[in-house]
Amino acid sequence: MTKILIKLPGPLLFALIAAMMAGLTPALAQEEAGPVDDYLELVESAGAEYAPAFDFFTVSMLWTVIAAALVFLMHLGFATLEAGLTQSKNTVNILFKNVWIISIGLISYAVVGFNTHYPGDFNGWISIGSMIGDLNADGGGTWGYGGLGLAMTGYGDFIFQAMFAATAATIVSGAVAERVKLSAFMIYSTILVAFGYTIAGSWHWGGGWLSQLGGGEAGFYDFAGSTVVHGFGGAAALAAVIILGPRKGKYTDDGTVKPILGHSMPLAAVGVFLLFFGWFGFNGGSVLSANPGPLGLVFTTTALAAAAGGIASIIVSWSVLKKPDLSMALNGLLAGLVSITAGADSVSVLSSIIMGAVGGAIVVFAIIFFDKIKIDDPVGAISVHGVCGIWGTVAVAIFGGANLMSQIIGVIGVYVFAFVFSLIVFGIIKAIMGVRVSEEEESEGLDISEHGQEAYNTNS
Amino acid sequence: MKLVVAIIKPFKLEEVKEALSEVGIEGMTVTEVKGFGRQKGHTEIYRGSEYTVDFLPKVKVEIAVQDEAVSQAAEAIAKSAKTGKIGDGKVFVLPLEEAIRIRTDERGDTAL
Repeated sequence: MTKILIKLPGPLLFALIAAMMAGLTPALAQEEAGPVDDYLELVESAGAEYAPAFDFFTVSMLWTVIAAALVFLMHLGFATLEAGLTQSKNTVNILFKNVWIISIGLISYAVVGFNTHYPGDFNGWISIGSMIGDLNADGGGTWGYGGLGLAMTGYGDFIFQAMFAATAATIVSGAVAERVKLSAFMIYSTILVAFGYTIAGSWHWGGGWLSQLGGGEAGFYDFAGSTVVHGFGGAAALAAVIILGPRKGKYTDDGTVKPILGHSMPLAAVGVFLLFFGWFGFNGGSVLSANPGPLGLVFTTTALAAAAGGIASIIVSWSVLKKPDLSMALNGLLAGLVSITAGADSVSVLSSIIMGAVGGAIVVFAIIFFDKIKIDDPVGAISVHGVCGIWGTVAVAIFGGANLMSQIIGVIGVYVFAFVFSLIVFGIIKAIMGVRVSEEEESEGLDISEHGQEAYNTNS
Repeated sequence: MKLVVAIIKPFKLEEVKEALSEVGIEGMTVTEVKGFGRQKGHTEIYRGSEYTVDFLPKVKVEIAVQDEAVSQAAEAIAKSAKTGKIGDGKVFVLPLEEAIRIRTDERGDTAL
């Protein structure tokens, strides 16, 4: 008896909701103020034959915001990857920096970034934008914003791009880990994400000079940002690491490398798999609609390139280093992903495998090379994002029919700008307040010296 | 009374524990420790760079025993912890002046 009583409310509630909805639906169509009025009005004004187009637009917009959420998840991937490949005494600091970056990345993108990134008509080089207004105004909340090519609303466009923006600064975070002064990094990453990334991005995605190369006929091509996102972050990281110097104890007096072990391979692996997962949004969302053909291709090339990068890095690291190094295999997956990002929509399946594999091989040598020349990058960010970003961008000319000269000009333009911008900003911060913690603080760990707390409290 | 301190290979702990209880040892304290002897360390590789691990993980077993049980206990450890390869560890026997069972305030042999 009691069982029946407990079961009753469920179906009852359902029936109630169903009744309410049945009553509401026609009401919405007739009354002025309903949540889908503008949509219905548009269908009516355009004519019934446009209904499939509206459906396509709606599905596309839904995909865009899902993709934005996937890109958001990449920040958790970055956080755990960086934490895993560094020492446990700096874990709080790493996580803290990642909290800061996603927060300031989103806020700064609203305040200045979006309109700097996409200035509309401008001189092609630089136009600092103002804060975003109501992006739903003037048809921005419908397909009036970008038609069926850019099949999203103004807010959809904003939030997807905003998630991208913070990525550039996150790349630097890993490279400077374990010795950068927190306050200096917070200021640096803010300027980098608000102005550096967005100015460089405007050259290509914002309709600036890179997209106008060859009179617009032979424009620079970078589908989802091998150069304008990953390359930018990698080049900025290189400049920052040069100013910062290697971690204490990484190099012995006679110049040999003394590795500083990451404290958690499980965390690093979780991070890479999250990044791989999020990359489906990063590349897939860059289709800018749910256009089935390109979307399926992009998902496939993205996954295959990552897989090929993983395998190539395993083969190369095993044969060169004599041991199958997990951290190299993880970097190899990411290398494959960065390598396909510029051309994910414009290369064949076989090409994507080659592009990913070459990236996975390059990254092993790049990591060893940077270690040798005393560019101390605890997580391999410069190699993964910077070096493979170059390869991925140039590879679109080899496999995807982009103009080789334009690709090279684009790489040089963005990389040089990112490097110099980072060098100047980080250099000025160094002169004013210093960018590095003291030797004592470094050996004690940034968790205690900067935050006064531990990631792994042994007493609880 | 004597304190028997043994440094053994970690994976041998279970066998040592069983061997000790077979000869009537009722309690022991175990600590995870690191160290090296003649075995020295070994090299590992991380992201393309080799490094030496000097201190290898070992387990330290401490037991307090009555004088007449010392040789039996030390023997049991030495036998059960042996693999015949370098790095098997050592057994030390130290004099023990006093023992107190905290709960009952018993002292000396009866406290063990």
